[in-house]
Amino acid sequence: MSIELDSHRTLTAARGRAAQRGLTTRQAVADRAFRVALLGATLLFVALVAGLFIELVHGSWESIVTFGAGFLWSSEWNPVTNHFGALPFIYGTLVSSAIAIVIAGVVGISAAVFLAEFAHPVVARPVSFFIELLAAVPSVVFGLWGLFVLAPILGHTVEPFIQRYLGFLPFFSGPIYGVGLFTAGLLLALMIVPTVSAIARDLIQAVPNELREASIALGATRWETATRIVLPSARSGIVGACVLALGRALGETIAATMVIGNRPAISASLFAPGYTLSSVIANEFTEATSSIYLSALLELGLILFVVSVVVNGCARILMWSMLRSQGRRS
Amino acid sequence: MIQRAIDGRETSAATAVKVRVSHLDVYYGSNHAIRDASLDIEENQVTALIGPSGCGKSTFIRAINRLHDLTPSARVSGKVELDDVDIYSRDVDPIVMRRRVGMVFQRPNPFPMSIYDNVAYGPRVNGERNASRIAVLVEDSLRHAALWDEVKDRLSESGVALSGGQQQRLCIARVLSLRPEVILMDEPASALDPIATAKIEELIAELREQYTVVIVTHSMAQAGRVSDRTAFFLNGSIVEAGPTNQIFTRPKERRTEDYITGRFG
Repeated sequence: MSIELDSHRTLTAARGRAAQRGLTTRQAVADRAFRVALLGATLLFVALVAGLFIELVHGSWESIVTFGAGFLWSSEWNPVTNHFGALPFIYGTLVSSAIAIVIAGVVGISAAVFLAEFAHPVVARPVSFFIELLAAVPSVVFGLWGLFVLAPILGHTVEPFIQRYLGFLPFFSGPIYGVGLFTAGLLLALMIVPTVSAIARDLIQAVPNELREASIALGATRWETATRIVLPSARSGIVGACVLALGRALGETIAATMVIGNRPAISASLFAPGYTLSSVIANEFTEATSSIYLSALLELGLILFVVSVVVNGCARILMWSMLRSQGRRS
Repeated sequence: MIQRAIDGRETSAATAVKVRVSHLDVYYGSNHAIRDASLDIEENQVTALIGPSGCGKSTFIRAINRLHDLTPSARVSGKVELDDVDIYSRDVDPIVMRRRVGMVFQRPNPFPMSIYDNVAYGPRVNGERNASRIAVLVEDSLRHAALWDEVKDRLSESGVALSGGQQQRLCIARVLSLRPEVILMDEPASALDPIATAKIEELIAELREQYTVVIVTHSMAQAGRVSDRTAFFLNGSIVEAGPTNQIFTRPKERRTEDYITGRFG
């Protein structure tokens, strides 16, 4: 109703303007048609997200009714007895993504600070280019590399080394397989590091130069300026970049599937195999013979969808708020 | 040209020279922004740099505390002596030198942190760890910048939330916290309204008692009001320098007169 009113007003206004500029009514109508087409295209995306959500709820309804909220914290996943619980997958997804974002955050932000504040343009440009190229590598290629190169290195060298010195901690105890949560986390970190560093670099470069000059003019070093003035100014945006990268890690399927071990178990050790929400869906939907099995898989998809949408939403809000507050300054 | 600048020097030879700029050239890439500029800046005087936009005033002033170091394409040659030591010589640490030469920028640029932390930043990065000494420095600096009474009850609020004029006085307080010897000001009032401008000008008059002030301004009226000495820049060169009243009433150069009387610029 109100949309119709608005468009009517728009049309009248468009006609008025058209008349002023000596345009014909036909052109005003074309103007309006164009506007409606654009609006339609925009609404299509809103409808798509809403439709996806509704369809996921609809598809997982049987599972929601059968298992109730207990689905979220049951760790049983037994297609034979038709008992399904999401906890091992939620755990695997969260832990592998957490490992990824910690590593990618530290490495990505460091690289961004170096590239934006310290590196000579001759170095910064090609390096930035290569980091961004990393984002273009298909995840299945990362997965192959992870399985045949990274996992053996971690399994034979790195993980035994960590275990020898830090094995008393529960996260580093237990048998080592090469594949597992830690390997998946590290591989995911590599995949999301370009997101963190490219966005963080842009945000750091967006910090007004006057602030750097003011700091330098007060006798601060470049390092003090970067850590005390520039990074805090870009903080909320950088947090947003990390959350955005986290969103990507949460949903990443194929690479995680190839190196995480695919065992629906919860173990304190990061070296143990795990399973993620997206991996189990990808692995098992073809063999989901009973309707409750399929419904349970769809509910895992629903959980992943909600978590990803919330995480991405938070990321966007954080980055917008930073760019807006800087817009106000200038 | 240089001869004239030297003539300017002689008229007030009684005061000491704090900063002596000799044969300064600044290039941005292939752009020759400052050409062979020489100027003596006297202690406890306000020196105004005037001239049309783009004539190199800001470039000149930025050379006095080596801010061009931050611009990879900028190249500086010539000498800038602070108390007879060339600040571009190898054994001068620019970090240490900048504590003695403060800078106030064209647009107020408080850090996105509290009012207190803005002023405390300088002492802190320069190694002051004693909280009570920092507190004294902050209060003194804010008082000296005529801002204390307006902000003493909200020192923990963000410096960015202040009005434009207050922000600029905060930036002056930030510079004063290091007790510098020279204060460079690059059109400090150009982004401010007339009342805020008047406050900044009053402040400059007071600062002159303890500090050597160099101010870039595009307003000749402002130069007339606040400065003791004036240098006129044109196309990257200093055309004429001398006591302000002499530059304004009896300029030696035709081009200075044309500019002063508003025939161009």
